[in-house]
Amino acid sequence: MSSESLQTDRRMDEFMGLLLRSGVILAATIVLVGGVVYLASHPFPIDYRVFRSEPESLRTISGIFSEAITFEGRGLIQLGVLVLIATPIARVAFSVVAFFYQRDWKYVAFTLVVLSLLLYSLLGSS
Amino acid sequence: MNSLEFTALIFAGSLLAGFLGALTGLGGGVVVVPLLMVVFHVDIHYAIGAALVSVIATSSGAAAAYVREGYSNVRVGMFLEMATTAGALAGAALVLYLHASVIAVIFGCVLIYSALVSFHQGSHAKDQGPDRMATWLGMDGTYPTGRGFASYHVRGIPLGLLLMAVAGVLSGLLGIGSGAVKVLAMDKAMKLPFKVSTTTSNFMIGVTAAAGAGIYLSRGYIDPGLAMPVMLGVLAGSLTGARALAGTRVRVLRLVFAVVIGALAIEMIYSGLTGRI
Repeated sequence: MSSESLQTDRRMDEFMGLLLRSGVILAATIVLVGGVVYLASHPFPIDYRVFRSEPESLRTISGIFSEAITFEGRGLIQLGVLVLIATPIARVAFSVVAFFYQRDWKYVAFTLVVLSLLLYSLLGSS
Repeated sequence: MNSLEFTALIFAGSLLAGFLGALTGLGGGVVVVPLLMVVFHVDIHYAIGAALVSVIATSSGAAAAYVREGYSNVRVGMFLEMATTAGALAGAALVLYLHASVIAVIFGCVLIYSALVSFHQGSHAKDQGPDRMATWLGMDGTYPTGRGFASYHVRGIPLGLLLMAVAGVLSGLLGIGSGAVKVLAMDKAMKLPFKVSTTTSNFMIGVTAAAGAGIYLSRGYIDPGLAMPVMLGVLAGSLTGARALAGTRVRVLRLVFAVVIGALAIEMIYSGLTGRI
């Protein structure tokens, strides 16, 4: 590996670290705000002993956005969860670009496989 | 019990789980699931949903630090993530077809295995020279040691991929990071230096968990009222635990916690076998 490509690797690592950290902080902040709204508006907890799935509005991306925009607590928390799930996905998407700039076609292909599996999970199943 | 009391209790439990997870090296997810199920009687679907969310948070937070220090091998991580994400999709889909008690028994076994593995940390793989496949994939690397950067070679890629697929299935099925299996694959099968294995594993856990979490979300396993205190608690606990780990010698503490975790695992297996889950 040339020293130039090592240098790019290094810069790529640093940006990735920053991306991950900001994603987690943003997600945790949204979940915290949503939590306060949720606790203020829902005095009694749900019974978690029996599983009965979540309503449509808390299971799909469009549903979560329309709940969160009205500042509904549960919707806001789910929005934070979405940001959290999107964080590693953004990291993989960034890697595709970084490997592309290094003309490392093998790794462009590998990261594209990972990215499509992740997007399938998030978009394809809902 | 009102919402605030319930949330505070779950938060405190998750804080402890995250702290123990970081201190023992097991990870917060694998500790918080039995805690939610055995102590709070939470249904396994809600428990693994909340846990997997917390796994993404702790892994991404920790990976940010490790990547900058130059320990993790990004190429090895990216390559193996093909196997872990595919496995995680399969594992998350499998939750629908397996009975809750079967999942509980598998969980208990994985928990015991992980606890045992955490005691054998620090076994050093010997460098066995270059491997054709690893060279073609440009995986060999360097990592910082006390005396500057040391280089290492990667081997055993097919076996590593296979083990990573298993790690992915377990992650998607149980809502955990399955760091123990990932480290096994890289340390034992692929002969990476131990510190490189653990940090690269951490780097991969977030991506693997995100693959399962998309499916969990659309299946309705992630409840906001539960995921909120679990995610924030485990995250805060593991940050504290990582700091405590850096500052003190914790061998005795780890032994005590391993016994507690072993007891939780046995309770899960027993409940699963007697059909109480």
